[in-house]
Amino acid sequence: MKFPSLKFAVPLAAGLALSFTMADTAQAQKIKRGGILNFVVGSKIPSYDGHIEGTFGMIHPIRPFYSTLIRVNPDNPQSPTDFICDLCEGGVPKGDDGFTKYVFKIRKNVKFHDGTPLTADDITATYKKIIFPPEGIASARKAFFKMVDSVESTGKYEVTFKLKFPSGSFIPSVAMPFNFVYSKKDLDEKGYTWHKTNINGTGAFRFVQHQPGSFVEGKRYENYHIKGKPYLDGFKAISAPKMALRLQAIRGDRAAIEFRGFPPKARDDLVKALGDKITVQESDWNCALYVTPNQRRKPFDDARVRKALSLALDRWGGSKYLSKIAIVKTVGGVVFPNHPLAATREELLKLTGYGTDVAANRKEAKRLLKEAGAENLKMVFNNRGVDQPYKVVGTWLIDQWKQIGVEAEQQVNPSPVFYAKLRKKSDFDVSIDFNCQSVVNPIADVTKFLGSAGNNYGGYKDEVLEKIYDRLLRAGTEKEQRVIMREFETRAISDQVHMIPTLWWYKINPHRSYVKGWKIAPSHYLNQALDQVWLDK
Amino acid sequence: MWQYILKRLFLMIPTLLGAAILIFFLLRLIPGDVCEIKLAGAGLYVDQEQIDICRKDLGLDKPMLVQFWNFFFGFLTFDLGKSMWTGKEITFELGLRFELSLQVAIMATLTAILIAIPLGTISAVKQNTWIDYFVRAFSIAGIAIPSFWLGIMIILGLLISTQALFGTPWMPPIEYVPIWEDPLANLSQLIWPAVATGYRYSAVATRMTRSALLEVLREDYIRTARAKGLMEKLIINRHALKNSMLPVVTVIGIEFAFLMGGLVVTEQVFNLNGLGKLFVESVLNQDFALTQALVMVVVSVFIFTNFVVDILYAWLDPRIRYA
Repeated sequence: MKFPSLKFAVPLAAGLALSFTMADTAQAQKIKRGGILNFVVGSKIPSYDGHIEGTFGMIHPIRPFYSTLIRVNPDNPQSPTDFICDLCEGGVPKGDDGFTKYVFKIRKNVKFHDGTPLTADDITATYKKIIFPPEGIASARKAFFKMVDSVESTGKYEVTFKLKFPSGSFIPSVAMPFNFVYSKKDLDEKGYTWHKTNINGTGAFRFVQHQPGSFVEGKRYENYHIKGKPYLDGFKAISAPKMALRLQAIRGDRAAIEFRGFPPKARDDLVKALGDKITVQESDWNCALYVTPNQRRKPFDDARVRKALSLALDRWGGSKYLSKIAIVKTVGGVVFPNHPLAATREELLKLTGYGTDVAANRKEAKRLLKEAGAENLKMVFNNRGVDQPYKVVGTWLIDQWKQIGVEAEQQVNPSPVFYAKLRKKSDFDVSIDFNCQSVVNPIADVTKFLGSAGNNYGGYKDEVLEKIYDRLLRAGTEKEQRVIMREFETRAISDQVHMIPTLWWYKINPHRSYVKGWKIAPSHYLNQALDQVWLDK
Repeated sequence: MWQYILKRLFLMIPTLLGAAILIFFLLRLIPGDVCEIKLAGAGLYVDQEQIDICRKDLGLDKPMLVQFWNFFFGFLTFDLGKSMWTGKEITFELGLRFELSLQVAIMATLTAILIAIPLGTISAVKQNTWIDYFVRAFSIAGIAIPSFWLGIMIILGLLISTQALFGTPWMPPIEYVPIWEDPLANLSQLIWPAVATGYRYSAVATRMTRSALLEVLREDYIRTARAKGLMEKLIINRHALKNSMLPVVTVIGIEFAFLMGGLVVTEQVFNLNGLGKLFVESVLNQDFALTQALVMVVVSVFIFTNFVVDILYAWLDPRIRYA
């Protein structure tokens, strides 16, 4: 299904996945059934409840136990607009009443792993928990559904969402992989927090066991609603926090794949060691690192200083060199580069700090600093103690700022300290920050740039930007959205430079060549149902 | 002897209380919040309401003294509570890892003892010969080489050598299987970290054995034994070695306790789901409940090990228990 307001995206996006994968060849091969897929996961599981978690450490091992109402097409995950039904049937609704009413027809042959049949009430209860959680119940994605007025069962197998206003971000928000569908019976009888520590879904695999810190094991669900799937007998998600170990695990065939991504050097080492036993899939990644100046502090409340910091960056050169050592590559603005709402190269070149004449940019940066009385600026740069790509990009930033006479002292902090400084105490001059989302949903994703957003730490109020966003949120056509998005982008990162984009991430997944049917998506949260994966062993 | 043991047992109580107070309040000085990391760690939009709900669920909204009492009373009644990160019982989290850590600690200790005592003895007996020089170089290398680096080299060596020999790279398993379920898989995973840590551990013990034995060998009663015409083997084994073991036992005891929670990096290198790895994760996640419980467990292990060492002292040297 192509969402109407973004329909021209598919052919564009389809051509953008840089991949020397054998996935297409795999489709032509005869699918083999059976086998256990071992994969490594570099992060931990805080809880099993998708509605409150946001980490791939939960998604990779737990997503295969659940279904969602709709999902990104697993055969075309590179497209940011290609969604298909999972628990619904007959296609993703296109929207009625001026895109304010969406009626989903629900599959009739679905059963939860405990044997309870799925009905529309389960979907309704799930989305009410996500969108309108009762007092005292957390929901991490409530804000994505601000446009929803109501969700009701309008039949035993029919769910209707009514929106307060038409929004291009509604369908992508429904497709988010965290929206696990729970049984109403479980929610009613066992409570809204039961799913933190228990699993009962309708996904392709049944939960077998979880040994915290070690592995999660799942086995094939014979009554899975997509006939003939899954192909695997089961999977084992093995926890391995150290990247070197994950790499060696693939080399030593203790694991077949890691779904988050490796840096270029790791890919090269694996290919060198194992040749054609390794297949590499690569893609742009819906994650980006930003520099956030703290506008509560001087001189970062001065747009000229923020502009200077952005002008110092040689983004095009950085892309060329950093992409050899880190998981960053693409130069982009506020929107995921492969999305139709993203700025073209010509549009980017007009933004502050994106011009290719680096010497001229830096000359202008020095002038602005002098004008703002911030020559020989010294600042502390708060960075996160994670190698890829934080520390690599951080070191690059220090060098770039040095070129305009700014001396930045990098403080690399472990995550708790980093967050405390950034979020709770606002105790920083400039800090690295990031935006890492699942389904590419620019209208929702760019809220990060709003001073009023809960995940914006710049300490500024920009009413002009808020008004532009309000127009963007209600824009009906993609043409209109695109025009307003440029206005938003120019204001946020060029005129006011509230945040300084660095480079978009680049996802590299080297895996054992016998893993077939898995296609790389532009996010490490997507395409993890594993129902289409098979082993050519 | 019983009086001596009881006295040692009573001394454990103030040590445990002191450790509990220190860990509880020191942890709260570290910046950060488990709820912030859980909910906003992936860059999500999180409003304060969500953070407050999470903090309330975890009991972090209660007064500090109430939290401390809950923690300490829980420890005394063996109710360690739930992990703030996973929501699972801490006893379950610890139980999963304790077995593995204990096995690695025992295997590494055995490796160390098997290497250290013979080498230390030979080195002392053959002082200033090429054998002594070799043993000293071997043990100094053991102290100098970090066990995590040795671990990395072992894994890489296995991968490269097996690929060269058999065409397919092999590395130790990365998930733990209990020894009674599959002894081969268990040993093929744990033998390598045991060797990597046991080597460093043995290096310290070798040097300690050598120096302690050299000292004892210069004692008057050894000279007397030799003058009496006793066999050298008998002098070393029966008179010298036992009397030189006091400092060696101390080193072995302290190292054993350290291995139970201190193999932080080595466990990560070999992907061992042990207490050391859990320690790091709990601190990084600001999981106070789990960190406190872990510290108390490790403190208890240290206290118990020291207790055993004290008993061994008394057995090895009767003068201690009568003092």
